[in-house]
Amino acid sequence: MALNENEKINEIDVNELDCRDTLTFWEKFGNIFRSKSIWMLHYCTGCGAMELPPTMTSRFDMERIGMAPMATPRQADVLLITGYLSVKTLRRIIYTYEQMQNPKYVVGFGSCTLNGGVYYDSYAVISRLDYYLPVDLYIAGCMPRPEAVMSGFKKLMDMIKKGEALGWKRYQKYYDWYKKNQVRALGEVYVKDEFHE
Amino acid sequence: MSTFFLAVALLLLAFFWQITLSGIQRKVTARIHRRVGSPWYQNFIDLFKAWSKSSISHGFIYDFGVLMALGGTIATLIFVPAGNLIVFKNLDNFFVIVYLLAIGSLGMAMSAVGSGNPWASIGVMRALTQMLGYELPYIMTVFGIIYANKTASIHAIAEAQQTMGIMGWNMFRMPLGVIVGFISLMGMLGKKPFDTPIAPAEIASGPLVEYGGKHLGMLMLQHEFATFVEVGLFVNLFMGGGTIITFLIKYFVVYMLATMIASVVARFKIDQLVTFYYKVPLALAFIQTAIIIFTGLGVSIWL
Ligand code: SF4
Repeated sequence: MALNENEKINEIDVNELDCRDTLTFWEKFGNIFRSKSIWMLHYCTGCGAMELPPTMTSRFDMERIGMAPMATPRQADVLLITGYLSVKTLRRIIYTYEQMQNPKYVVGFGSCTLNGGVYYDSYAVISRLDYYLPVDLYIAGCMPRPEAVMSGFKKLMDMIKKGEALGWKRYQKYYDWYKKNQVRALGEVYVKDEFHE
Repeated sequence: MSTFFLAVALLLLAFFWQITLSGIQRKVTARIHRRVGSPWYQNFIDLFKAWSKSSISHGFIYDFGVLMALGGTIATLIFVPAGNLIVFKNLDNFFVIVYLLAIGSLGMAMSAVGSGNPWASIGVMRALTQMLGYELPYIMTVFGIIYANKTASIHAIAEAQQTMGIMGWNMFRMPLGVIVGFISLMGMLGKKPFDTPIAPAEIASGPLVEYGGKHLGMLMLQHEFATFVEVGLFVNLFMGGGTIITFLIKYFVVYMLATMIASVVARFKIDQLVTFYYKVPLALAFIQTAIIIFTGLGVSIWL
């Protein structure tokens, strides 16, 4: 949801805070494998998803850098937020993100996730993704071309290998901050398990 | 003691050979789709990555089922003779293998249902229905082979074929039987026209929907071992085993043929699948078994 100017959403900026600590040998070793095999969840939210089919199929073949689509959040490593995110979808995205297993990464596509893009002051669409989920990497463009998507994924792989993609640690460490923002955007409806009510 | 080392050797062989092959299989599929495809070692990376992730539990049955599936499949694997690498000589009975293989599938079914996800239940239901489809024609054909050889020991059947040269392979002596066997093999492997249980686009990977991290890693390993058992059985029963090198070459050919067919066809619906298995392969298996029973061995009359 577009931010009200008068209402300060955050006193701290979690993206500034460092949650890097020393990696053990096994973490470094695991990061090599994690960076070479990335499974992404193809739960596509906005129009940026249109660029994924050409990226996956013969022309730009994403499998050659070890990426594969996965149908369920439990198996996925990367959550792609492909563009604008309405408040209703945000809740599903949060459920999905929290179901993923632990080294997990979020990639934001296009200007909509960055600053709202063409939906800057819409009543139904959130304008900055990293208030609600820890984004590791943004891919610029409206919409990003497959080349940009591929180079974004390569960059993500480098970040994973060097141990810089630490969004999941940030989410655990500053969970209260994220939770506050989420609840604020979703209004009265708290993030809860609506299927088992 | 030597049995123990033989078993370990067989497990290591199955691990490295089958996972390399599933990497090559991805490459072959990609080339058929006119893509570049992942490198051949990609499946090792996937497996180790899955083991390096965290995972969650949905209760005791969920954890235990995974272990039961992996353990049951490993127990089955050491009964399958790989060329002249036979761990339990004279114990490698077809019925033992079929019996033990069910432990793997049942462990997986139990664990998937234990996860409580509705997609998993639908996937398990489909997997068991599919099993009902391919088991009947397959068993009927293999009974024909067992009847003709008067033994159910896998390595005895394989050796009986080697004595007669290449035309003595059951593949050439019972051409109808090998068609049934191959179609059933595709069903067992869950290759493309018969990948109804794990349809990712419809039921989100079916039985695997709730698995992530280490649990998924173990089930991937279980799948690779089960593939080794199934393809190994096919090679021994229809293509005459051989030494370890010829065994692996035959294995490669069968597996790649299944892959190539799988990469150009679409998926069956579950009712179409069972109807198909009960129409064509079952009829062929009937004819084949009738020929074996009434004319002696196979169609060897024309040889
Ligand atoms: S950035 Fe552009 S392409 Fe992407 S979701 Fe927004 S409007 Fe669509």
